[in-house]
Amino acid sequence: MVLHARHLKIKRFNPEKDTKPWWGEYDVEVQPTDRVLDALHEVKWHHDGSLTLRRSCAHGICGSDAMRINGHNALACKVLVKEYKGTITIEPLLGFKVLKDLIVDMDPFFAKYRSVMPYFVNDEAPPERERLQLPEQRDRFDDTTKCILCAACTTSCPVFWSDTEYVGPAAIVQAHRFIFDSRDQGKEQRLEILNEKSGVWKCRTIFNCTEACPRGIEVTRAIGEVKQELLLRRF
Amino acid sequence: MMRTARQRPPTGSFQVMSWLFMRVTGLLLLVIAVFHMFWMHFIIGVEKIDFNTIVSRWTGPHGAFWRLFDVMLLTFAFTHGINGATNVADDYITSRGWRVVTRTALWILWFALVMMGLWIIYTFRPDMPTPFK
Ligand code: FES
Repeated sequence: MVLHARHLKIKRFNPEKDTKPWWGEYDVEVQPTDRVLDALHEVKWHHDGSLTLRRSCAHGICGSDAMRINGHNALACKVLVKEYKGTITIEPLLGFKVLKDLIVDMDPFFAKYRSVMPYFVNDEAPPERERLQLPEQRDRFDDTTKCILCAACTTSCPVFWSDTEYVGPAAIVQAHRFIFDSRDQGKEQRLEILNEKSGVWKCRTIFNCTEACPRGIEVTRAIGEVKQELLLRRF
Repeated sequence: MMRTARQRPPTGSFQVMSWLFMRVTGLLLLVIAVFHMFWMHFIIGVEKIDFNTIVSRWTGPHGAFWRLFDVMLLTFAFTHGINGATNVADDYITSRGWRVVTRTALWILWFALVMMGLWIIYTFRPDMPTPFK
């Protein structure tokens, strides 16, 4: 096992002690094939136990360890240290209040998620077995079913940075997943919500969200499809 | 508290229509502005532009066309420019109060400039009193 020395620069902030954030610098020994999350564990377990971060599954599916690594949002458990040259700079997600070190307050994020009615709406009595759907109908929204609510897209969006009222790409992706589901009946209500001032029209097609998504969702395309749907129902 | 969908007032079509307006006029502006530059620089030549250029442009058989052309160039360019400026202002100004102030100021500026331009384009006569004649 070949260990390599890597330099980490981590933005630290403890609201009980610090008046403003500061940079913690650490030299750790890791394998090139280790994940950035392993490097963070190395710091927490062997250098400074007070480093605070969220993570759970460590396999890119729970969405809890999204952070800003060398200026790009990513899941720390899904990127390898060898993907980065030189110092690896790690910061909390932008646009949310930092609670401690790499942990941000996700409450506003989930409030926006809830605002688009991210659940199945159908008042008809369920059939004896499942509600049927053609494979093509299922394909229509397949891409947006992959979202894990990590907030990497929303916090990479410059529009969201400057206007936290904006519902954000993640909530639009979640709405898209139901708007284009043939079995769902809440489409009109969701479209009305996204037609508000804080909705899809705030999107400036910057594509940061698509680049940031660790699940490879074509976020900007999904937002564009919702815009198109809103536009077409007027004519 | 987030309102549920049923409590929301209907959203109307202002947002979607202004979005569409910006797309359509953006495309038109591309054609108009490039044509304008080509015409003024290469067909007429900047050094030859004077009051008489405008007189011949805005009167005669093609007068109506050129006035319409200039109305579009004026309104589309100012609308896109001011709209862009409000977005830039939003990027740097975080306080809600100052945002309202800058937005209002920019749209008043837009209104004043567009109105001035439209007024000239609609009322222009070659023999009108002008300090530049
Ligand atoms: S820890 Fe679960 S996604 Fe990274």
